[in-house]
Amino acid sequence: MFGLFETGFQAFWWGNALMLLIGGALIYLGITKKMEPLLLVPIGFGILLINLPLGGLMDYELQITNTTGVSTKVISLEVDEGDRIGDNDVILTLDSGEILAPVYGRVKEVRVSSGEEVKPGEVVAVMITTAQTPLPTKPVGLLSRIFAFGIMWQVIPPLIFLCLGALTDFGPMIANPRTLLLGAAAQFGVYFAFFMALLCGFNMAEACSIGIIGGAEGPTTIYVTSLLAPQIIGSTAVACYTYMALVPIIQPPIINLLTTKKERAIYMKPQLREVSSTEKIVFPIVASVIVILFVPMSAPLIGMMMVGNLFTTCGVTDRLSKTAQTAFIDILTIFLTLCIGATLTAANFLQPRTLLVFLLGVVAFGTATAAGVLMAKLMNLFLKEKINPMIGAAGVSAVPMSARVVQVMGQKANPRNFLLMHAMGPNVAGAIGAAIAGGIFLGMVG
Amino acid sequence: MAQEVIEVPITGKIISVNFKSGDAVKEGDILCLLESMKMENPILAPVDGTITQLEIATEQVVKPGEIIAIIDY
Repeated sequence: MFGLFETGFQAFWWGNALMLLIGGALIYLGITKKMEPLLLVPIGFGILLINLPLGGLMDYELQITNTTGVSTKVISLEVDEGDRIGDNDVILTLDSGEILAPVYGRVKEVRVSSGEEVKPGEVVAVMITTAQTPLPTKPVGLLSRIFAFGIMWQVIPPLIFLCLGALTDFGPMIANPRTLLLGAAAQFGVYFAFFMALLCGFNMAEACSIGIIGGAEGPTTIYVTSLLAPQIIGSTAVACYTYMALVPIIQPPIINLLTTKKERAIYMKPQLREVSSTEKIVFPIVASVIVILFVPMSAPLIGMMMVGNLFTTCGVTDRLSKTAQTAFIDILTIFLTLCIGATLTAANFLQPRTLLVFLLGVVAFGTATAAGVLMAKLMNLFLKEKINPMIGAAGVSAVPMSARVVQVMGQKANPRNFLLMHAMGPNVAGAIGAAIAGGIFLGMVG
Repeated sequence: MAQEVIEVPITGKIISVNFKSGDAVKEGDILCLLESMKMENPILAPVDGTITQLEIATEQVVKPGEIIAIIDY
């Protein structure tokens, strides 16, 4: 009879109500304010769906076994089938100790009765949870299955990188390879946030996942977190996507603080060197070989990005390039964003740690911006033809939002300026830099 | 009288033109919108003056270096 007379109301609590408001706010921002609608609308709806209790979309089944290591007798059952339980609640009392719930959830099935003898490792109960846990769970909901086999198996984020590769024009970076330095400098934000996270008490794996938010690449953040700290994947992913949408608000004050009006008005000639098609074809091949040899763990991201780019540049695989740029990335985005929204149950999200993740995320974005600008100023000490230091801010990736911010600010400071293409160089270099930083973290901790 | 030549900075398509030849413009006025890289990019007047030549029209595909307008000031 499990579930027959249950409605969602009985399991609904204020946390769910708050999450419905957050989900609703994301949908509102997406639809009304047109802020990253392709991301915020499905993420918001995923949050909505998962916070309507007992829908089962993000359920995992977890077997509770006799972990005492000895054959022992059941003294009493402390729960009934269908009961909701919290972390460390007692499920049953054994002769040799108690069996506790390792995560919150509800009891699906109790397989033993009082007085029965249980062997070591024998399954005594089965529970259902929506928690992201490293324990061996089996996904049993629509979205938890997609999440487990798409994201936790690291399939969807690298495939999104393939599509991003197909969409990216590395031309501005090839035309002006100095901009690679700016993309690399902005990764300072990743490492700064990583150390700050360690100081705040996060463990090494979590700190890496928080630091990578500063790479400002959603799929990279999700990829790294899914491997290192799946328990915080919802927070890091949403922090990353939210701050990418907020780049036009986060970056300008930092840029203004670190540059003078005169520096912001520095004029850069719009015409970049013409990049030949051969260069564009050779780049993804050579970049893959070099980057993967140096940072092997970045292979899934860099390899996919570069093959996607080659589909576009080689000129003979237009069908593949077109599919990657349109239908394929849309399908992957639907899966990814719905699942990410669905990891944000009230119990997962409403913790003080989530607030810290968001705080450290903005620190990562801010320091990345600052590092890019300061590197550009440093380069200007040696360059005869000065660069506008604002283009360093585009090194944080967040393609193409941060390049757009630089373009708008550049025009405001000097109407003659058109910095978009100059900023696209560090911008795409930042995307590569973020994937490399992710690979370094995985090599370090994974 | 000095002349300012405004050139196309990036390949794209002109999606709107806000002035015509002979119009007076102020520094920072949006002369036209250029769609490129899936973004709408405003092209601004760099000086106060009068447009003496306007070489573009809506829907026109433009390449870097082509003239958008000449402003006398």
